Amino acid sequence: MNGPLTLFDRLWSAHEILRRDDGASLLWVDRHYVHEGSHHAFARLAARGMALAHPALTVGVADHYVPTRGREAADADIARMIRTLEDNATARGFRLFGQHDPRQGIVHVVGPEQGLTLPGMLVVCGDSHTATHGALGAYAFGIGATEVAHVLATQTIWQRKPRRMGLSVEGRTGPAGGANDIPLNSIARLGADGGRGHAIEYAGAAVRALSVEGRLTLCNLSIEGGARSGLIAPDETLLNWLRGRPFAPDGAAWDRAAAEWLTLASDRDAAFDREEGLDAAESAPGVTWGTSPEDALPITGTLPDPERAATASDAARIRAALDYMGLRAGQRLEDVAVDQIFIGSCTNARIEDLRSAAAVLSGRRARVPGLVSPGSALVKAQAEQEGLDRIFVAAGLEWAGSGCSMCVGMNGDIVPPGNRCASTTNRNFRGRQGPGSRTHLMSPAMAAAAAVTGRLADVRPLLSGRDV
Amino acid sequence: MPGWTRHEGRALPLPLENVDTDQLIPARFMSAPRSAGYGGFLLHDLRYDSEGALRPDFPLNRPEAAGASVLIARRNFGGGSSREAAVYALVDAGFRAVIAPSFGDIFSSNAVNNGLLPARLPAEAVEALLEAAPLELAVDLDAGTITGEGQAHRFELDPVWRLKLVNGWDDIDLTAAHDEAISAFATRRRAARPWLWLATP
Repeated sequence: MNGPLTLFDRLWSAHEILRRDDGASLLWVDRHYVHEGSHHAFARLAARGMALAHPALTVGVADHYVPTRGREAADADIARMIRTLEDNATARGFRLFGQHDPRQGIVHVVGPEQGLTLPGMLVVCGDSHTATHGALGAYAFGIGATEVAHVLATQTIWQRKPRRMGLSVEGRTGPAGGANDIPLNSIARLGADGGRGHAIEYAGAAVRALSVEGRLTLCNLSIEGGARSGLIAPDETLLNWLRGRPFAPDGAAWDRAAAEWLTLASDRDAAFDREEGLDAAESAPGVTWGTSPEDALPITGTLPDPERAATASDAARIRAALDYMGLRAGQRLEDVAVDQIFIGSCTNARIEDLRSAAAVLSGRRARVPGLVSPGSALVKAQAEQEGLDRIFVAAGLEWAGSGCSMCVGMNGDIVPPGNRCASTTNRNFRGRQGPGSRTHLMSPAMAAAAAVTGRLADVRPLLSGRDV
Repeated sequence: MPGWTRHEGRALPLPLENVDTDQLIPARFMSAPRSAGYGGFLLHDLRYDSEGALRPDFPLNRPEAAGASVLIARRNFGGGSSREAAVYALVDAGFRAVIAPSFGDIFSSNAVNNGLLPARLPAEAVEALLEAAPLELAVDLDAGTITGEGQAHRFELDPVWRLKLVNGWDDIDLTAAHDEAISAFATRRRAARPWLWLATP
């Protein structure tokens, strides 16, 4: 390839084994994560009598179905899902971070935390939030079961090169909304399908200033804006975070790898197919009001009126969302009472997320019940070492184990029908947290503010005078 | 998956935006083996009320829905989760094509891998079809057309996807032809970046 290149171009060409005349490229997969939900793909492989091409590049993590309250699965069906993954790991010979492993957690937390995901990698997993790993300078995207089976059998995947979007974020995010507000803002503006067909490279002062945890949150939500992958160029912040992680290289190999990783960047004059910009400091912390992540507003906002929608289709969508959510047009977001809160998920359950929620909850009582599920068992241990668990429990919240938990409800952690939940998760879809559940997405600090006020609330006054 | 070139069937309107894959199949049904059949899970929580009774006015529950094989929906159909089970639910319920202005990227790949056409049409054309539905439509992959009852539209489809749908190709078979190139690539990559390979347990 000639001329200036983007980070994405570099990652793409480093993994392209061949390109067919019709434009489809065969890409090499460096890391393939599987979880309990990958059972369809293993069944497909078994039906064809095929083995794993590279068990040493495959890693299993139990997260979607694992219990987070106690050790027992909620029912026999759920227990069978966890066991099937264990059986497949044993039979197929790949490494597993199973239910009782002290390093277990959500795959998109565990992978980076263990150094299993590294810059320059191509990472896939049968989960749409695989975009998360792009925060480490990897090309990472979610795939379906047929594709999972293909990767298991060949360690490759056919793709057509997506278009490149550059999203530059200037200004600086505050502690209130944190990294979560960047995507809530951009998705509200560009739409839940605005990133369709694109790989998004995030850049700009606000992105460079983010911690790695914040970058993981940002890239995680790429898929909620329709982009299958999001990525950030490696820098010293990332190297400092990765150095010494269990599966990261060390010694001379680290030096060689780190030098290569710092070359993974877009050239100054590289062209993107589309460029977008955003000012991180321009609005109050965000929350969603409806049933798509694009239904996000600053907490100081009021609910939209379908009568004023631009098209009949928009009006129908807004009306249906308000109806499902039990809300009225013109209502102030801050007047919306919540029934419960959830702090967790691959979006917002890393140590910094728990710290920012604890900073709000410290010395305060929650008015509504809530569940706090750390992103991994190691995050949980770290939080307990810092005393964060005592803050959550003293506030009246439940301190649970790690897993996908109430973000997707597959392990039985669900929001009851009609209940309204302030949630640090990634999807406010109808029924996502359980049939009839009503979800408002927000940052961990904002979920903590909802806990102590019993409604959707601006966390900023609650942070006044606090060390955050 | 058998290939197909032309499909004729009844098209149903689902005049909703953002029909995400959580709606296409709620998560609690996904532990079932595929052999159980996923058709009954399709759009379950929209088709049934909280008491488990069918909502008679929901498009898929109306009498004219019987035997339908084409679905017409609004923008961002199949966004969200990568669950291929969303496609299994559509296919097992008898659908061969979904028509919408835009689709989730992962959903589209999954659809094509299961013989289901995600046909993209301009929003105005979709609105015209929604207005006319239910109606009998003919979908032609080679011509890239959707026609019937006075409607005639051209849809966009990646040529690679067209070939896969027409031939019912399975990627694993196609990839086997490139075994040597893959092995050579793996050998080079491992020599240059040995840290990518984990010791197997």
